[in-house]
Amino acid sequence: MDIQSCVEVCNEWDIVSARQLGRNMAKELGFGNVDQARITTAISELARNIYLYAGSGKICLEPVEQMGRKGLRIIAVDNGPGIRDIRKVMEDGYTTSGGLGAGLPGVKRLMDEFTIDSTIDSGTEILATKWLR
Amino acid sequence: MRIPILKLHEYLLITIQVELDDQTALQFQEDLLNKIHDTGAKGVVIDLTSVDMIDSFIAKVLGDVVRMSKLMGAQVVLTGIQPAVAITLIDLGISMREVPTALDLEQGLDKLQLELEG
Ligand SMILES: Nc1ncnc2c1ncn2[C@@H]1O[C@H](COP(=O)(O)OP(=O)(O)OP(=O)(O)O)[C@@H](O)[C@H]1O
Ligand SMILES: [Mg+2]
Repeated sequence: MDIQSCVEVCNEWDIVSARQLGRNMAKELGFGNVDQARITTAISELARNIYLYAGSGKICLEPVEQMGRKGLRIIAVDNGPGIRDIRKVMEDGYTTSGGLGAGLPGVKRLMDEFTIDSTIDSGTEILATKWLR
Repeated sequence: MRIPILKLHEYLLITIQVELDDQTALQFQEDLLNKIHDTGAKGVVIDLTSVDMIDSFIAKVLGDVVRMSKLMGAQVVLTGIQPAVAITLIDLGISMREVPTALDLEQGLDKLQLELEG
């Protein structure tokens, strides 16, 4: 249970697989109903962004433990075009695809910790962690 | 995967009971608009009781289908949104402000009846 599980994201159905994996892991770790929904939604947003903007990549999930706290970490990695202006993509409503622009700022609010690391032309890595209460 | 659309008098009823992948969601949007066209339905209830996750894409598809139906002259009510789903939608910053909602299917039908008569 303390090992990483990953889902390759290359098509729309992989988005469903990634969030199902997230739902199961969150449930097993003891997250309540609402946090399960938060984690599943965050995974769905990150997986769809990979599919839409990078073409392919992967979502990895790992149970984490820090100073006696347990949690679940989402690691979303792709080798896509990268994000030029991270401040901009974190604004509510900013989208380059006619979406709602709710994904990334939403994931930040859904999860407890959130970091983006992105390099132009080489890819993006997003870490998002939710702690058990 | 196709989501079944039931006709009841001048209403259409949909209970979403499958995991919504993008393709299924878009197909549903198209099927519903065609069904409104074919039946002349004036009201639609989409029941989301079994839906345990709505992300920004599904929220956009649902909001769009409400607006599209309205353009065609049909009023849509979303019913049965789970507490956890309502909470995550607000976290996402999606208020669905202009989308009519009701607690359950029965209240959804009541709401339609009131609006269509009034
Ligand atoms: N993995 C990624 N690689 C490159 N660009 C990305 C990536 N993820 C997001 N972006 C960029 O950030 C923008 C904002 O993303 P965000 O998920 O917040 O909104 P969206 O995907 O446009 O719309 P929504 O998620 O509401 O459907 C995207 O439009 C895209 O330009
Ligand atoms: Mg997005």
